[in-house]
Amino acid sequence: MDIFLQQLINGLVLGSVYALVALGYTMVYGILELINFAHGEVTMMGAMVALAVIGALVASGVALPGVLIVLFGLMVAVLVCAALGFTIERVAYRPLRHAPRLAPLITAIGVSIVLQNTAMIIWGRQYITFPPLLEIERYSIGGATISNLQIFIVLLSASMMVALVLLINRTRMGRAMRATAQNKSVAGLMGVNINSVISMTFILGSILAAVAGVMVSAYYGLAHYYMGFMLGLKAFTAAVLGGIGNIPGAMLGGLLLGVIESLGAGYIGPLTGGFMGSHYQDVFAFFVLILVLVLRPSGLLGERVSDRA
Amino acid sequence: MQAYLERLRHDRRAAWAAFIAIGILLAVLPFLADAGLGRSWVRILDFVLLYIMLALGLNIVVGYAGLLDLGYVAFYAVGAYVFALLSSPHFGIHLPFWMVLPMGAVAAGIFGVLLGAPTLRLRGDYLAIVTLGFGEIIRIFLNNLNTPVNITNGPQGINLIDPIAVGDFSLSQTHTLLGIQFPSTYGYYYFFLLLTLGIIFVSIRLQNSRIGRAWVAIREDEVAAAAMGINTRNIKLLAFAMGASFGGLSGGLFAGFQGFVSPESFNLMESIMILCMVVLGGMGNIVGVILGAVFLTVLPEALRYVGTLQQALFGQVYADPADLRMLIFGIAMILIMLYRPAGLVPSRRRRRELEAEADVADQERDSVYDTKR
Repeated sequence: MDIFLQQLINGLVLGSVYALVALGYTMVYGILELINFAHGEVTMMGAMVALAVIGALVASGVALPGVLIVLFGLMVAVLVCAALGFTIERVAYRPLRHAPRLAPLITAIGVSIVLQNTAMIIWGRQYITFPPLLEIERYSIGGATISNLQIFIVLLSASMMVALVLLINRTRMGRAMRATAQNKSVAGLMGVNINSVISMTFILGSILAAVAGVMVSAYYGLAHYYMGFMLGLKAFTAAVLGGIGNIPGAMLGGLLLGVIESLGAGYIGPLTGGFMGSHYQDVFAFFVLILVLVLRPSGLLGERVSDRA
Repeated sequence: MQAYLERLRHDRRAAWAAFIAIGILLAVLPFLADAGLGRSWVRILDFVLLYIMLALGLNIVVGYAGLLDLGYVAFYAVGAYVFALLSSPHFGIHLPFWMVLPMGAVAAGIFGVLLGAPTLRLRGDYLAIVTLGFGEIIRIFLNNLNTPVNITNGPQGINLIDPIAVGDFSLSQTHTLLGIQFPSTYGYYYFFLLLTLGIIFVSIRLQNSRIGRAWVAIREDEVAAAAMGINTRNIKLLAFAMGASFGGLSGGLFAGFQGFVSPESFNLMESIMILCMVVLGGMGNIVGVILGAVFLTVLPEALRYVGTLQQALFGQVYADPADLRMLIFGIAMILIMLYRPAGLVPSRRRRRELEAEADVADQERDSVYDTKR
């Protein structure tokens, strides 16, 4: 039982990070029908920029509490990633808006190669460790432990998701985004500035990605120029699992994927009598994905997307 | 250029002259590369040919049938591992290559159907992510199937794979013919060239065949195609199987050529690169795909010289060329797509699509049965 609870907690923490990144994929997809392959790399950039800022602050010996230093790093990362998301859309996607569908996919891959290698040139190939600024306290519930960092991650991502939902459902900008997602040309006729809506979508997605990147590097204590690839892949999987283009779907898919993954990793060994070890956890995630898509081809909550077509 | 091509189309003698010129160029290419750029470039030429075969295989799935496959490298892996397991000391089995290569291709084809069958209902991007997941699953299994029974030898991979050989004539040795030395990479070059020409021939014939037209019909409008009496299920599965078997064949060649396979060679990035070759060159156009494969294989190698270039220009090396070359590579990919969104050499049909009126294109985009979803 305690394994179950522990893996459930770990899965929820991981899942809320996936969900944040998945939201970026799904928002862009909902509006542009484009798989923004560079999104994982934006997450990585968020983590790296935050770590660079934090590292510099620590090295300069500023007498600030650790939490504030981390928060400052997070703020800088958010700003940098917002600018990055905006630039990526301008440079790599906007000129190709009426091009064949696979063309922006290739530029997206190009952008992610560029970002990865830029990070490698700036920060090197080695792992960067997160300085021990946060005091980790562990609480035990029902035989499992949960740390304050884990609680913070879940709370922060939950509140960001709530904020996003409010933004999309309650504000003028959100209404413009929904209109654009439904039909770009008609939305344009109704006075929506399509280009600024699309830019805004990229900026919002990148902000979420930056926060997710910082959280994941704080959680594992590490960041690496290559970390965005697998994280992006998992988050994209999560977005598709929930039904790509659907915002609650991305949240559900992210949480589900995190939980499935950590439960899978925890149980696959004992279940198969040691035949398969925990390194099969990725297989688990993809296997569930294929199963879900075969049974429900438009993802768990994806109906609205197919209706709209 | 255009006028010359037009002349080739009508003038028999000019066509033969061009044909012979290309033939001679291909025959002496390894000598030119060796003399001009160094021995390592002959090896790169071998890889170029391998990637041309791979890209043409993927072109069947993506370019002809319009099924976006992001896990193509899985079939390459299947072919390579079939070859590796059946002709290496790992299991102590040493079957000759002419048995193992077709077995790899057939095995990959079967995997192609296995992947295709459950995903027939999926459209566009959903298909892409499922194929991507499939590719990752194959790789993870290859990585971990060393316990409890050692099948794939895990991350270490399989070593000492038998080279491609007929009797005592092995491609991994240096042969002397008419006083000219042919090192191993040359032998492989000619062998790969032969197979590549075979695959190009099959691709061309497929393009204008009944099946090829059925693929295009499915790509353009699946429902209309079905209404015209095309068995969309079988034709789609055929595209998967055929593309996969090309991949399996190249995988077997890769294993025999390298003498070593490990799961590392079959990661997602590899799949994406092959897809980039197809799209960058011009989907559905054989010349374009070949050009894309050549370009994306040669460019990263050529960019190894950025260190030398920096030395020459600035007198010192500022950035590590190994880091810089992939950066430039990424930028090149973006720029090519921005300036030639339909690929370097777009297929004629797709070019017509591109030139269609914007509102027609938008209408197609919004149609209910669009294949992209």
